[in-house]
Amino acid sequence: MVNPVRSLGAYALRQVYSAGRLGMFFVYTVRGLIRPPGKFRPTVKQIQFIGAKSIAVIGFTAAFTGMVLALQGYHTLTRFGAEGWLGSAVGLSLVRELGPVLSALMVTGRAGSAMAAEIGIMRIEEQIDALECMAIDPFSYLATPRLLACVISLPLLTSFCDALGILGGYLIGVGLLGVSSGAFWSGLTSSVDWGDLYMGLIKSVCFSVLIAWISTYKGYYAGVDEGAFGPEQVGRATTEAVVISSIAVLICDYVITSILL
Amino acid sequence: MSTENIIEIRGLNSFYNSRQVLFDITFPIPVSRVTVIMGVSGCGKTTLFRHLTGLKKTAPGQIGIDGKDLGVYSETMLMAYRRRIGVLFQSGALFNSLSLNENIAMPLHVHTDLAEETIRIMTLMKLNMVGLAEFGDYMPSQISGGMKKRAGLARALIMDPEMLFVDEPSSGLDPITAAGLDRLIQNLRQTRGVTIVVVTHELESAFKIADRLVVMDDGRVLASGAPEEIRNSADPRVRQFLSREADSYKMHMEAYYERLLGDQWRG
Repeated sequence: MVNPVRSLGAYALRQVYSAGRLGMFFVYTVRGLIRPPGKFRPTVKQIQFIGAKSIAVIGFTAAFTGMVLALQGYHTLTRFGAEGWLGSAVGLSLVRELGPVLSALMVTGRAGSAMAAEIGIMRIEEQIDALECMAIDPFSYLATPRLLACVISLPLLTSFCDALGILGGYLIGVGLLGVSSGAFWSGLTSSVDWGDLYMGLIKSVCFSVLIAWISTYKGYYAGVDEGAFGPEQVGRATTEAVVISSIAVLICDYVITSILL
Repeated sequence: MSTENIIEIRGLNSFYNSRQVLFDITFPIPVSRVTVIMGVSGCGKTTLFRHLTGLKKTAPGQIGIDGKDLGVYSETMLMAYRRRIGVLFQSGALFNSLSLNENIAMPLHVHTDLAEETIRIMTLMKLNMVGLAEFGDYMPSQISGGMKKRAGLARALIMDPEMLFVDEPSSGLDPITAAGLDRLIQNLRQTRGVTIVVVTHELESAFKIADRLVVMDDGRVLASGAPEEIRNSADPRVRQFLSREADSYKMHMEAYYERLLGDQWRG
């Protein structure tokens, strides 16, 4: 009887310890903003990787999502003779929900996994130890530029995703299904207001913090709990970074929506 | 030459979770000398290396550096200590995303306000010292294991440290490259008076470079002293290590059954 209780206690203690470490990791990452080394060049490099190189994948995702929304929306709205609201339906869905969430999930899959893998490899190859031995703050050097780059890139990618999604919806709705161009745009502009754009912006900033935080944390502590440093630990850290970041994004989406609606 | 001790290790115990890996380690590290810590794989020498470089937390009162207790160092003091040391890791630990020039110049970029041209010249001098002057623009993935170690040494020396810690300098290297690294270590001690701590299991290299040898086994210090004292040691484990004899197979039957059957064996 004692062993299950002891195991449960040990498990609970491990979880509390991990939660504390995750919190302190974020504090150290933010503290890195005011500590050397300089952030400008590494942040620009990360923006190029996280932001610029994600444009194509987010562009495709957004365009096809907008097109599907238009197709689905048109067939539903025509039943009520309300196909003129297609622009409104596509715009609101994208700006409030799909734009921020899809962009965040794409960045998680493409850049979050790479961040965790790159930092994880640095851990197993003693490169993080080397940073510490050179009196260089590893949080400031590794995590802070990635956090900054994510916070700068993701809102821009989200705006790009919104715009391309709406364009995809317009092409299908107006070009293929014959909805009036004027009705599409007037529906869009009358329904989507600044509040919706702010909501999308707030979501994308929160998602970017979550993705950078969880992905760099998972890479940084790859294998540390097990005391084993090999490719298996990097693989696990990468998988966990993607899965946990994605779930965190979806939960955060619900919380922000419930607060702001 | 001064025989003052720059580091004093006094009764160091170390644990991984509840498992003790170092037991009452005590020996001094003299200034401007080469101290070689040697022993078989798993004897705890890398754990000791991690304590000395501040990578593993040390309990108060167990390691003194210049008379100050490493165990009670604040983060600022630890950073200041690390600016005085250079560390060469077993794999070189070069940053894969940076060229050799960028790797070696990194501590200068972070800790100094030197002009770019000065940093470039200093980097080239260190690369030249380890025989890699033409490879500054190469990425770590484009050079061999031995070259990585030499580049790692150049990076460890870029801030002209007072103390240099080297983990397994010869492992995985061909004899000629290994001998070259040994010669570099000797030169550093002779020409610059750097205090050097080397962790290794390579006997030939250890006896060639050491002013002082420490032999470890199973988390304990078996013997320490000048190379001649170690060579003449009467301790059977030291003799076994020096003569490269394999452990004879000895398994206590009761322990063997207990390992196989667990609690059922007792019940």
